[in-house]
Amino acid sequence: MKPAFSVIFLTTLIGAGQGLFLALFTAESYAAFGLLSPQPTSFYALGSACALLFLAGGLVASFFHLGRPERAWRAAAQWRTSWLSREVIVLPAFMGTVFLYGAAHGLGVNPALARLPSGAPINLTAVLGAAGTLLAFALYVCTGMVYACLRFLREWHTPLTVINYILLGGASGFAFAALFSAWALPGLTRFYAGWALAIAFIAMVGRVAALVRNARLKPKSTLQSALGIKHPRIVQKAQGAMGGSFNTREFFHGQPDALLSMVKWFFLAFAFIVPMALLSVATVSEAPAPSLTAAFIIQFAGLLAERWFFFAQASHPQNLYYQSVA
Amino acid sequence: MTQLALVIDLNVCVGCHACVTNCKEWNTSGPAGPMVDQNPYDKNPTGTFFNRVQTFEVGEFPNTETVHFPKSCLHCEDPPCVPVCPTGASYKRKEDGIVLVDYDKCIGCKYCSWACPYGAREFDEAQKIMKKCTLCVDRIYDKSMTEEERRPACVRACPTSARLFGDIHDPESEVSRAIREAGGYPLMPEWGTSPANHYLPRRKIKLRIRHDEIERADNPLKIDGLLPKPDKAEPALDDVTSW
Repeated sequence: MKPAFSVIFLTTLIGAGQGLFLALFTAESYAAFGLLSPQPTSFYALGSACALLFLAGGLVASFFHLGRPERAWRAAAQWRTSWLSREVIVLPAFMGTVFLYGAAHGLGVNPALARLPSGAPINLTAVLGAAGTLLAFALYVCTGMVYACLRFLREWHTPLTVINYILLGGASGFAFAALFSAWALPGLTRFYAGWALAIAFIAMVGRVAALVRNARLKPKSTLQSALGIKHPRIVQKAQGAMGGSFNTREFFHGQPDALLSMVKWFFLAFAFIVPMALLSVATVSEAPAPSLTAAFIIQFAGLLAERWFFFAQASHPQNLYYQSVA
Repeated sequence: MTQLALVIDLNVCVGCHACVTNCKEWNTSGPAGPMVDQNPYDKNPTGTFFNRVQTFEVGEFPNTETVHFPKSCLHCEDPPCVPVCPTGASYKRKEDGIVLVDYDKCIGCKYCSWACPYGAREFDEAQKIMKKCTLCVDRIYDKSMTEEERRPACVRACPTSARLFGDIHDPESEVSRAIREAGGYPLMPEWGTSPANHYLPRRKIKLRIRHDEIERADNPLKIDGLLPKPDKAEPALDDVTSW
């Protein structure tokens, strides 16, 4: 497939935004159970604003993918069958929840809505945070399933696609949370850096598992099944268009295999190895801000490359009809 | 239930592109708006087409065969492109099984084209919406035309009658009979999309004539055991070579 930069930015930015929100609510949950000392509400309000910025950036990027962005509202119609439609519904719902969560913290409106049998209060922000957590995971699943549900794009048609969207977005979000806390609330930096390190490691395992799986894939469709001609030697002489067509533009990345392999090693290093090293440094360092800044930026660059590779690697069966390009 | 479809006879197609031309002519002139080309008279001309003819060479020289392969939307009975559409612009008609795009609802996200294993959909770079073969839905029900004309433009144009059109759910239709009797097959059956369009394979056609069939069976002289006169190899004065 030809990687579309609009979709690359959409998926990486909202992934980081969701991860950041999950990171914020993780700290609040820890504090609610007394595992961390309570944080000032401004930390959550400002963090939610950052998450909203990521999500809004992704939303804006997504519009560049549409031929007719003015009709984008119609995309909410087919939620019964289309994962893309579900994503279109869940993204604004999640953004709204993040906004309410941040606003409740920022305005200090946080009444106890109920009490646990132990007497511990269930606050408004806890309810909003739980709802946001559900929506964040729902959005990861929707985004991943948009690709994983296409059964003949076999590089994508695996549970690993959804798992990796969750893990990669989570790693990026927690890495930003570590960076953010280094500026806003240094007491939490080590907590977040540890989480980011752990998620980045699991994400690396998941992504390498997907790479290994995809390297072993054997194509299900062949030129023989595409044409229904059972002869081992078929050579294409004409593809029905002189100057190319939508089919020759949309489904080929047009790059040499060597570049693909280079991008793969680049993202393995930049999305996982280097950020993990920098996060490790940050967990023991007295002044972790520079290494955390580098970790987040390098990891985000790595994740952009990862997403480019994710699209480029998928080989569409329609390419069988365009042998001279393939 | 009706399922309209094309049956394309690869044994007969000569790759003349008349179906491509007539398809483009009919569909670019219709009420749905033009199918716009880029650089039509320049280097690298490109544009939107519903139908294309590709050519493949099968076999190893000198034992090769040229196969011309017309390719358009197969109007799958279980179309994978339809459920993924977020707006409902892509739909399959219940009454005749034609898969269509509502151009007024399409947002141009191209997701349906990713979901089609055959690459049957093409994005219109000028109108920024997805387009595909309509099986000439604006033609086949047009009562102002004669019944002969109420067939898809590609079928009408084919000079060798390589394209048949009809209801594949009606076992007595021309297309059903062709599929049944001439070995019609679907493309990429491994994905379970049940394409409505079928292709008829190449066939070796041999005329078997026995030696006694090219000689006059009622020649009394041969029955008597005498050789024909003059001999078949010798020149004769008239058309009668042996008597």
